[in-house]
Amino acid sequence: MNTVWALAGVVIKELYRRKDFYVLFVLTAVMTLLMGSITFFNDPRIASYLKDICLLLIWISALVIAITTTARQIPAERENRTIFPLLAKPVTRGQVVAGKFLGCWLASGIALGVFYLFFGVVSASREHDLAVIQYLQALWLHWVMLAIVVGLALLGSLVFAAPSSNATICFIVVLGILLLGRHLNQVALQQPEPLRTVVYSIYFLIPHLEWYDIRDLLLYDHPGLRWTDCLLATLYAGVYTAMLLLGAWLLFRRKPLHA
Amino acid sequence: MWQRLCLCQVKGFVLAGRWQYAAPQNNTESGSKNMEVILETRDLRVEYRAQNGQGKKVAVKGLNLKVHAGEVFGFLGPNGAGKTTTMNVLLGFVHATAGDAYLFGVSVREPIARQRIGYLPELTYYYKFLTAEELLRFYARLFGIPRAEADRRIDQLLRLVELEAARKRPIKTYSKGMQQRVGLAQALINDPDLLILDEPTSGLDPLGRMKVREIIQRLKNEGKTVFFSSHELGEVETVCDRVAIINQGELKVEDRVSALVEKHQANLEQIFLSLIGYQAEVTA
Repeated sequence: MNTVWALAGVVIKELYRRKDFYVLFVLTAVMTLLMGSITFFNDPRIASYLKDICLLLIWISALVIAITTTARQIPAERENRTIFPLLAKPVTRGQVVAGKFLGCWLASGIALGVFYLFFGVVSASREHDLAVIQYLQALWLHWVMLAIVVGLALLGSLVFAAPSSNATICFIVVLGILLLGRHLNQVALQQPEPLRTVVYSIYFLIPHLEWYDIRDLLLYDHPGLRWTDCLLATLYAGVYTAMLLLGAWLLFRRKPLHA
Repeated sequence: MWQRLCLCQVKGFVLAGRWQYAAPQNNTESGSKNMEVILETRDLRVEYRAQNGQGKKVAVKGLNLKVHAGEVFGFLGPNGAGKTTTMNVLLGFVHATAGDAYLFGVSVREPIARQRIGYLPELTYYYKFLTAEELLRFYARLFGIPRAEADRRIDQLLRLVELEAARKRPIKTYSKGMQQRVGLAQALINDPDLLILDEPTSGLDPLGRMKVREIIQRLKNEGKTVFFSSHELGEVETVCDRVAIINQGELKVEDRVSALVEKHQANLEQIFLSLIGYQAEVTA
């Protein structure tokens, strides 16, 4: 486990020494604060709109950080040839996959924590109130969802040679699931066979990332989720993440590396 | 620890704080009796799928090598001869098609075989966002070296490779020579008994080469085993005890440098050219 933590530590150091995170955070903060400084038609719901925009920017930024950080990990190790001194140590390929996953997930979590802290400050300053339970549930489920995204990008980095193509495909898949995932079963009903079965199969195979998007709870003061639902959602993400990591390990295990 | 214990049970090794090596009984040869065999390949064969996707390319053909404890062993051959492929097998990057390879008597397929080795690859660009000190600490953690001991070794190694002044600077600010020296430091972080160096002086200026050569010499004096590939035959002649020359995946010769020079009445470069068939081409 020490090896996995050591590998994860390098990924986390990379996150805070690169500019990506700071650029995204500053952009989110500037855009949110700019919106907050303007009063549109004296609308009393302006605080709600502001929170909506801030959360949307946080979701986009978190996806960008998680996917781009993960997609470059193993290709960069190969391109810079650091994979060779690394695997020449008593380190297994499974530990490399686990370490990279843990590092990327924790790094995304740190970034997410900073973004949600900012959201909390904005929200509390505007409404002088913060639904703490919903806020913590939204943060937790968002982070758990990122575990699946990180696993997907890690698997993609072993399938696609270029990090850019992997990142693009991951973005399309993740956005596709987030936007269309919940409607696929209805789409399936309107299709003739065998397309109906195909669409239904996709509906049941894909990880339903949209379940983790509970922004509405924060925006419209809905009651929080039951903790058992949070636990089930965590387990669901855990199973999908484990399957994606298993796939990544199986691919990486037999991959010849030429120094 | 679990791996250590398992391996100790399997091999019947004695464990006294670190790995102890017990040479297989058939690992002695005439002229080197009672010498531990640190690195061994047995009928090693490596095949690749050809780049055009048709047929197979044989990179290494039945290679048998033995490197003994305390030796500096030069592994020579022209480009594409199979040197790097052999090293790739030894380090577990590529699996052999047939035959096997052993480090300290343990099959290279076991990650634990790499516990006592240090490896310096050719031209590596280490994590540029880390400092030399952080890089060495990271590699020390991979070996499970306790923090106090790691600190001591990092100080010692940065002094050895003359990077003390630059230890807090990110690696992205280092020159090529400095990067190669930080590479050498990482290869030594676990105080290895066997060093595998892939063209360690490649791309270095004469001063850089001399420094690396001095370090190899120093390691040899400390009783370390060094296995390295190089195209610098003068350098090999200076530092190596024994050499192996391979061409097109086949071992052409394996002997002491002094014995080869005496036998062929020529320097190592002339012997090398003759063995890879260069002279024959010229005369033809």
